[in-house]
Formats: sequence, C-alpha cells, structure tokens
Amino acid sequence: MRHIISILMENEAGALSRVAGLFSARGYNIESLTVAPTEDLTLSRMTVVTHGSDEVIEQITKQLNKLIDVVKLIDLAEAVHVERELMLVKIKAAEAYREEVKSLSDIFRGKIIDVTSTSYVIEMTGPSDKLDAFVEAIDEDAVIEVVRSGPMGMSRGEKGLHL
Amino acid sequence: MELSGGEIVVQSLKDEGVEFLFGYPGGAVLHLYDAIFHQEEVKHILVRHEQAAVHSADAYARSTGKPGVVLVTSGPGATNAVTGIATAHLDSIPMVIISGQVGTPVIGSDAFQEVDMVGITRPCVKHNFLVKNLADLAVTMKKAFHVATTGRPGPVVVDIPKDITAPNIKIPYDYPKEISMRSYNPVVKGHSGQIKKAVDLLLKAKRPMIYAGGGVILGDGSEELTAFSKLLNYPVTNTLMGLGGFPATDKQFVGMLGMHGTYEANMGMHESDVIIAVGARFDDRVTGVLEKFCPYAKIVHIDIDPSSISKTVKVDVPIVGEVTTVLKEMIDLIKSSDIKVDQTALESWWNQINKWRDVNCLEYDRNSKLIKPQYVIEQLYEVTKGDAFVTSDVGQHQMFASQYYHFDKPRRWINSGGLGTMGFGLPAAIGVKLAHPGSDVACVTGEASIQMCIQELATATQYRTPVKVINLNNQYMGMVRQWQEFSYESRYSQSYMETIPDFVKLAEAYGHVGMRIDKPEDVRPALEEAFAMKDRLVFMDIMTDRTENVYPMIEAGKAHNEMKLRVAPGTPINRDLA
Repeated sequence: MRHIISILMENEAGALSRVAGLFSARGYNIESLTVAPTEDLTLSRMTVVTHGSDEVIEQITKQLNKLIDVVKLIDLAEAVHVERELMLVKIKAAEAYREEVKSLSDIFRGKIIDVTSTSYVIEMTGPSDKLDAFVEAIDEDAVIEVVRSGPMGMSRGEKGLHL
Repeated sequence: MELSGGEIVVQSLKDEGVEFLFGYPGGAVLHLYDAIFHQEEVKHILVRHEQAAVHSADAYARSTGKPGVVLVTSGPGATNAVTGIATAHLDSIPMVIISGQVGTPVIGSDAFQEVDMVGITRPCVKHNFLVKNLADLAVTMKKAFHVATTGRPGPVVVDIPKDITAPNIKIPYDYPKEISMRSYNPVVKGHSGQIKKAVDLLLKAKRPMIYAGGGVILGDGSEELTAFSKLLNYPVTNTLMGLGGFPATDKQFVGMLGMHGTYEANMGMHESDVIIAVGARFDDRVTGVLEKFCPYAKIVHIDIDPSSISKTVKVDVPIVGEVTTVLKEMIDLIKSSDIKVDQTALESWWNQINKWRDVNCLEYDRNSKLIKPQYVIEQLYEVTKGDAFVTSDVGQHQMFASQYYHFDKPRRWINSGGLGTMGFGLPAAIGVKLAHPGSDVACVTGEASIQMCIQELATATQYRTPVKVINLNNQYMGMVRQWQEFSYESRYSQSYMETIPDFVKLAEAYGHVGMRIDKPEDVRPALEEAFAMKDRLVFMDIMTDRTENVYPMIEAGKAHNEMKLRVAPGTPINRDLA
C-alpha cells in the first residue's frame, strides 16, 4: 500500500542523506521525496512517498524514528489528509495546437507561466493522479519536459505535525 | 578557561572520566596529539593498526560498561577504523570515535588523506558529527557521549577538521554537565498495561522459556534477570551475546540457543508455548528458518529499541523499555498476582527438558589421541576457575569457547557476535586487560583469525598486558572448512593455509613467551604454567584435531528441532572413531 510519511527533522547538514541512506541500506523503496525548511528554520519537513506491507511500513517508521536527527513523524495514510504535488510542464505549442493546450490547461486549472511563439510552460498543482491525467491528455510528442515536486501533505483538521 | 580545539577535546575526555584513549597519530590529528602530550590523566594507548584501536576500546567498553574512546587520523586512519566501528555497531557497544579530518577550507577538494568519514560511517554508527565550528566542539563531544551511552548504546563518530583543533585559536571552555536533545529521547519505563499482560501470559504458561540476549549485559540487568528467572523457576537460554547474563552453572540454564546452541535449548524453544525474549533481537543465527520458528509459542519481547520489536519475528506482547526497569516491575507483579504457576505442568516440562539434556549434545570423543578443541576450553575453564575474561575471534574456536566455558558473570565473554569480525580477539584482550589488570584474560583464537591483528602483540609488549593467547591451531579456517564439508562435498576451497608461521618464534620476536602443545596430556600443565606467569603474555599454539566440527548445528533453512548432532540421540559415542 502507498504511504506518505511526513518527517520533522533537525535542519542539519547530512540529515537528508541519513534518510535516503536508510531507505537504500534496508532495501525500502522511495517513490518520491521532498524536503524544505519549515517556518522554524532549525527544522526541515520531509515528505517521503513509499510502498510496502504493513510490516515494512512499521519498520520504516521505527527506523526513521531511530535516526537521531528525526524529531517527529507521521504516516499521513493512517488518517484523512490532503495532499498536493506541483508540476511544471513545457509543451510545444505552435499554431493549431496552441489553443488546444491552453484550453486543456484551463480545464485542469493550470497556469501558463512562460510563453514563447512555439512553447508554453504550464504550472499545475493537485493530487498526483490529476497531474498524471493532464500529462496523458497532452500529445506525447508535444511534451518537451516535465518536472514534479513529489507529493506533500498534511492531515485534515486542527491537529498538526509540530513540536 | 580558554582552550584551543585540541585542548577542548582532551579536556572533554577528562570531564567524561575517560581513562584510556586508543589511537594512532597522523597529519590531521597532530594538534590533538600535541594536546595529549601535555597531560597525563587520559592515558593514550598506541596500537599498531587503527582497526585494533577500535576493537581494544570496544572490549574495554564491553568489560566495564563505560564508553570506549578512540582517536584516529583522517583518510586511511579513518577507513581502517571502519571495521571496528561496524563491529561495535552490530553489538550495540557504547563508543566515541574521534577522527581527524582535513582542514575545513579544503574539505571536498580530494585533499591529501581526505575521505568523507561521516558519509562512510553513516550506515554503521548510532550517529555521527562533522564539527565545522570551534564553538560547537565541546557541545558536540557532550552529545557524542550522551548518544553513545544512553538508550540502545552504539558507536558515535566525531569527525574534526584539522583547523578546528589549531593551537593558536582559543575560546572559553564550557562543558555542559547535562544535555537534552529534542530529537532524541530514549524510552526507559515499559508500558504498564503491556507488562501486566505479559506477566499474566507468563504465569499461565505450561512450557515456558526465557530467552535472554546481549541487552541484559548492556543494560546491567543480569541481577534482575536472575531474580526473575529464580522466582518463576523457568528454563533460561542465552544468546551468544547474552552469555553470562544468567549464571551458566545454574540448573535452570539450558545453554546457548541457535545455530550452535544446545539440543535442550533449541528443542525447548521449538516446543515452548510462551517465550519471553529479554534484550534479544531474534537474529538469524538464533531463529533458524523464520517460517518454522517457535510454532507453538506466544512471544513477549522486552527491548529498549522499538525497531527491534517485530522486525523479523512478529511478537504478541511487545514492551519497549529498559530491561532492568521492566523486569523489576514484572517481579513485583508476579509476587502480587492471583495467578499461580501450574506446578504440575512446569514439572513435566522440566522432565522433558531433562530428557533432552540427557542427549548430552556437547559430548565429544574424550579418548582421542589428538587434542580436541573442546577439551582445551574445558581445561581453560578449570584452570581459570571459570573466572577469566575470555575474548574470542570468529569461527569454530569462538563456538567452542561459548559452549564449553561456562560464564557465571556478565561482561566476561567478549566476542564479535553480530558482525563476526576475525581479528577482534587479541586487541579485545588487550583492552580488557588494561581495564582489569588483576584478572586473568584469555584470548581464544585460531591460526587464521589471530593473523588478522597479530601486529597487536607489539602493543601488548609496550603496555605490558600479560594476556594468554589460546591459539586452537587446526591449520584450517575451521568454520569455513566445516561448511564446505557439509554443503560443498568437502571441496576445501581456499580454507587451508599452507604457510602458517612459527607462532612460538613470532611471540618471542615480540618479546613474549611462546609455547607449542601437541599432546592432550600436555594441555593442562601448559595452561597452568601459562596462567602462573602473571606478568608475561603467553602465546599457546595448541595443535588440535584438524577434522573436528562444531555440533550441534542448525544448517541453513532448518528449524530448531532439525539440529545436526554429533551422534543421534541415544547412540553411545564410538570411542574408536578418532
């Protein structure tokens, strides 16, 4: 099953490699990983998307908790949560296709953030499957490049992951 | 007090009460060595190879419970230390390893003797630090000792660039007495609801087993374990790392379990209905094939590390906490509980165990004209009155030592259980002897293992550590040879050494006493003679039966009840087979 593990950790050099190293050393898979400092600059928040049986996920969370730099973590998949991913797509958009791309982007509530006479860069956020659907809707030959942040998320309601 | 970085490191070691610093100098740590030169409180032990520095400090820690401390230089000094660090990591030994690093301005430029020590050691330490600012040095040292010695212990590396230790830059020294880290709060007390559940389960058991590991030794819980076991009168088995955690000569002790465990311990585990694992981690050498592990048992597991619980074997009642605290609470609960142990069931369980004991699985040919390694260990046990510190290397001799030397006290059996590091024994013996100069220290080794850190005979000369080296010389890498015999139709691929040195001359060359023993009747007198030489290192090269194997054995893919025995149960030993 897919799990989204949100980790609050010390914002220190090497912290990211400890997490990445743990996954590779113990043979766990990482589907995506995103990290940035929080409003408290001494802390980073990392979101790891991974797959595994309940036993494997239990070990992953325990092993992550064991890392000295990890302050707290939650498995978002255990409760109701919201998740979003950011994507930038550069698309060949010339002549007749120009209008089609724009209307597709509108349908998906994308934003065109760069325009040349032959291309668009579209910014889009949403759950990962929505971004997948948009890329699929575009003519394969027209896609120049795709960059995605990987999902991040938080639990719904008043409670949150903080100190 | 204003101190330079080098002085801060040394002063912090003094503040931590460090007695010995095991190390080897080099370019990146010269400032540190200069600071060491100016004091006498922390005694530096100069080894002959950095791997040995870590093993010596590790064994010092295992035998005393205090953290072992190491100092090595950057680059090759640091990489040489890695095997020792990984050894300590897998056995959860509290250590602080200080490594020199090239100066901060040149880090990352492939400078002379530069290696990313923090990167290299990341997977084999409890934690590591790179000190980039002098102002962080003292607090980092404090954190290193704190992390290494609390919770589940382990090695911590502090990598210090050369410029941080420069003598001309001084800052006020303020070593914190206490430290708290928001990201690190090891659990102490177990969950009382879980403890109650565990006690109820234990008291209702009909075929109980107490399975105790190295956590009992590390957590200084052998008194509590013994009291707990005595109260219940349940059979106790120890893991390789747990030997000495419960007195081996006690009638409740059924021996070691696992791959080379006793028949009674393994059969007991297999048939048990309730197992309590205390500070043990269900290692693959203990469990055998997981699918067939303890099929009838409900399992209680006490461990300080949550990640040890249900890692390989799913347990029914997990308790995260210190062994001592949890066992004490259990003892109180047992005493006040309304549930009484079913004594009839327990009696018939003991009868069954005693039948397994009667198989006498550790019996060997005592009439052989060749020296049997088992006999040597039995004699060592008698000559040292069971009270020596015994270090070992890795292989057959290690198993013989664990099976035939009966450890009644914790911290007496010093071996590399998790990583299985050949070369551990001799430097370990030196570390133990420094910590316990008045005690007998024996290093049980083999002619293959001993050569992996043989250079430490020089360290032993320099610091006058009169340990006794018991070299069980079968002219094979015995354990490799045994596996090749069982699983590769005796194709002894590279397990035989054609050129074995004259160990007697070698010992003498280093200034020690060498002895060669090749007759069974000479073993006892030679051991007595060696241990009577209180102030000399004696290297005993004992020529043993080349074909001897370690039994019982659970082969790969087999379960506890599928042991390979020397002789089938009930069959008397054929004395003519030599």
